[in-house]
Amino acid sequence: MSYLTKSPWIIHYDASSCNGCDIEVLAALTPVYDVERFGIINTGNPKHADIFLVTGSVNEQNREILKNTYDQIPDPKVVIAVGICAASGGIFRECYNVMGGIDKVIPVDVWVPGCAARPESIIDGVVKALGILEEKRKAMKRPAGDTA
Amino acid sequence: MIPDPWTAVLNAVIYLLLAPVAGGLIAGIDRKITARMQGRVGPPLLQPFYDVGKLFEKENLVVTTTQNFYVLSYLVFMAVSGALFFSGGDMLLVIFAFTLSHIFLVLGAYAAFSPYSHVGAERELIQIIAYEPMIIITAAGMYMVTKSFYVSDIIQSAVPVVLYLPGVFIGYLIVLTIKLRKSPFDLSTSHHAHQELVKGVTTDFAGPNLAKIEIAHWYEYVFLLGVVYLFFGFNPLLAIAAIIIAYFLEILIDNTTSRVKWQMTLRSAWLVAGTLGIINLGVLYYLRMVIVP
Repeated sequence: MSYLTKSPWIIHYDASSCNGCDIEVLAALTPVYDVERFGIINTGNPKHADIFLVTGSVNEQNREILKNTYDQIPDPKVVIAVGICAASGGIFRECYNVMGGIDKVIPVDVWVPGCAARPESIIDGVVKALGILEEKRKAMKRPAGDTA
Repeated sequence: MIPDPWTAVLNAVIYLLLAPVAGGLIAGIDRKITARMQGRVGPPLLQPFYDVGKLFEKENLVVTTTQNFYVLSYLVFMAVSGALFFSGGDMLLVIFAFTLSHIFLVLGAYAAFSPYSHVGAERELIQIIAYEPMIIITAAGMYMVTKSFYVSDIIQSAVPVVLYLPGVFIGYLIVLTIKLRKSPFDLSTSHHAHQELVKGVTTDFAGPNLAKIEIAHWYEYVFLLGVVYLFFGFNPLLAIAAIIIAYFLEILIDNTTSRVKWQMTLRSAWLVAGTLGIINLGVLYYLRMVIVP
């Protein structure tokens, strides 16, 4: 096991969430769940992050910001879409300004369902993402063209 | 007295090899105690080492390649200033190398174009301006008591330095809060200020560069606590107890105070240096020159 899975730092971005999922994300940092037990830190800086945690649907106003933040995270990185809005647009899907789920703009690795997603399932999603992160790190080490 | 060259080199090498291990453990204990104070379980003791290991596995994303040079210089000069200190060198030279290393960090932050990085760099400069007088007074005070600027002499001196320099010692502990980047003086970079300044001075450093900054911090921790030891050089057990109590107090202050503005940081650091530091040195001078000529 690499160090990457022991120290995943998260950047949390609220695309256009109703704040329900955001409150649950922050709940995971409180003494009840205390994700720092697993070395998880909620950093506000994409350049220090390994995991991009997005809540809410993407709209015409913030698609650039979402893409820009994603591009600033150094490889290897994974994206977690938290809540039904981040997955498909949720109840905001039909709004004139909403594009839909965040996979319209950036590649998503893990989907966490729920409205709002519970802290337990968010933590579960992060643990799932760690496996993908590890695979991406190994792929980074391989020379280009080697798919084995 | 200049220290014996072989002992000096040996001590410097031991510092260069062991200080990152000790510094990382201190950082781990710090995070654990902080978590307990907040009613959390906290990360494993070795978490700082996992973090740095992880950062070396990441891509080195830079805005400009000069950042690499500045970060390396920061690490090298931090290690050099600690090595000079532990080899028993001149305190003044140690302080100059120490300040220079921080200037490299500031330059590295200015090299990137992010406004957060620039705000962090400005605040880092203000912090340097704030703590520098007190650090110089510490060296001057030790010279007045032991008649030497050499760490090797100060540490061998049988004089109970802390009894002659109580004001300087308290002043040093207060600027230690700035140096350890603890609240209320964690202006330039902080784990808790990301709504306000993202990560301040380290905002634009990613992956291996950030890891080097972390390792430089570990070297710095050991050096700064080494200065606390000097105050109690006459009794090693007491010195170690003083280091533990001092560090615990720093963690307690970190968890019970909120961040202040830069004006307050500058004012309080200079007030401490100007009152506790200068008055202590003045009294010492008066005793030496007037009472016991």
